[in-house]
Amino acid sequence: MDVAALTLSVELAGLTTAILLALGLPIAWWLATSRWRAKFLVEALVALPLVLPPTVLGFYLLVGLGPHSPAGRLFDAVAGHPFPFSFAGLLVASVLYSMPFAVQPFAGALSGVDMTLIEASHTLGVSPLGTFLRVTLPLAWPGVLAGAVLTFAHTLGEFGVVLMVGGNIPGRTRTLSVAIFDHVEALEYGAAHRTAGLLLAVSFVVLALVYALQGRPFFRWNER
Amino acid sequence: MERALAFDILRRFPRGPVISARASWPLEGALVTVLFGPSGSGKTTVLRSLAGLDRPEEGSINFDGTTWFDSARGLFVPPQSRGIGLLFQEYALFPHLSVAGNVGYGLHGLPHASREERVAEMADRFGITGLLARRPAKLSGGERQRVALARAMAPRPRLLLLDEPLSALDAPTRETLRGELRHLLEQAGVPAIVVTHDRIEALALGDRLAVLVDGAIRQVGPVHEVFSAPVDVDVARVVGTENVFPSRLARRENGLVVMRAEGTRGAEFVAVDPGGVEDEAYACVRAEEVVLEPFDGHDSSAQNRLAGVIATRRDEGPLVRITVDCGVRLIALVTRASADRLELVPGRRVSAVVKAPSVRIVPRTA
Repeated sequence: MDVAALTLSVELAGLTTAILLALGLPIAWWLATSRWRAKFLVEALVALPLVLPPTVLGFYLLVGLGPHSPAGRLFDAVAGHPFPFSFAGLLVASVLYSMPFAVQPFAGALSGVDMTLIEASHTLGVSPLGTFLRVTLPLAWPGVLAGAVLTFAHTLGEFGVVLMVGGNIPGRTRTLSVAIFDHVEALEYGAAHRTAGLLLAVSFVVLALVYALQGRPFFRWNER
Repeated sequence: MERALAFDILRRFPRGPVISARASWPLEGALVTVLFGPSGSGKTTVLRSLAGLDRPEEGSINFDGTTWFDSARGLFVPPQSRGIGLLFQEYALFPHLSVAGNVGYGLHGLPHASREERVAEMADRFGITGLLARRPAKLSGGERQRVALARAMAPRPRLLLLDEPLSALDAPTRETLRGELRHLLEQAGVPAIVVTHDRIEALALGDRLAVLVDGAIRQVGPVHEVFSAPVDVDVARVVGTENVFPSRLARRENGLVVMRAEGTRGAEFVAVDPGGVEDEAYACVRAEEVVLEPFDGHDSSAQNRLAGVIATRRDEGPLVRITVDCGVRLIALVTRASADRLELVPGRRVSAVVKAPSVRIVPRTA
């Protein structure tokens, strides 16, 4: 088992999930409540990674943030190293690529919260942010958790975009799925089996957890 | 300056009605104002605009010297800063919080100890002390209503708004809770506005009635006055019951109640005991249920036979609206043929006959 690859993958997936919780919840809240007519454009943009080949996303990231672009030079100046083949580059790519896996369940869960409860909170003197933290989020948390878990699992298994942006540097950008690719190329089927088996087991457990959270009314307020 | 609520609200719904409601009334004197009208007349829009949950397109709202909304100045005070309490149709209790958590929800600005104290005080006043640890899902309809009221009252609102407060309940529960709600509103002691389309609810809960028809407020006045003297045919059609007399319980006999109606000389009405009448109640009779007979008429099975003199007569197509002064001013609706045959003209003495089951008694206190 490639411990360095496992650590890197878990780190990447954990950070991506944390960032998407902070970034995805406001986007999801906006999508769930906005009455803007052109909202569908933002919805399409968020969902794009679902259908886009990861290589396309990776290609545009390399072009847009590579050392020859203004944004890439800015990145280099701030981070001290170029964007491609770095962990930070991997993280940016993962956040974009896993966006729909976080935002869509979040938005579904948030829009499922009864609007009158939010209005009741407002009439009781609680600010919109306070209401979000005290009413909306506690009532939507099964969906939020499902989104977070899906994001984690999806990032753990991503391959194409990682290879495009990060390359294959052991300990820095060589994740589990890239390691499997390496093993198979080198005909090390035993090592490939162990890593692939681990990913299969983790993915199944995670998905089972998501469906258990959403399908069963074991939250007391769902009993009505 | 007299403390008052004044509003002028304009809201257009695409492919829907135009709400253009304007009214004002003093905050002292009458405690509960009922916003009454058929569905679609704009009651909820007015209530939501007062709460700050909807923003009208044009107009202004003034409450007790404070401007809550003024489209000309671009002023809009959000619901958080209006100091209102709102009772939602389905009560909208927070399902993830206990009863105590719900009641204390609006008290987040207070230190922990005084918050606990206020919750206990509210629980005591609304009789929910035994329920504080429970979840809303485990409460009955009546308990939910009391918890929702306690939650709305805890932050000491200056105005209480109630949106169809009894509509979420089944019919028997509604009967019992109507009286209880009036009692609780009196206890709260804060000016209240109740939205309803149910005339029994309007009578049981309100001191003042504001009638909404097609998005406009047509009449504001004491409840029984609006019922007995609607300003136009639309209001008359909406309120339906013409004869509404404030009265007191005189005695009970054989499952019947005898109510003494206040008036120039007063009058007694015999009615079937609806239960829950302690002292004050409205005695209500629809004009078409009143039979007029010559004064020296025969006896009949009807319990109410009131002697009086015809005060006014107004012809309305095939029907004639006749007001009889029989201690109270009783309105009767008869056909023109009958009115002509019996020569029912002002000054003529008649007997007004009403069967006991046609007299509807609406208790005023719990």
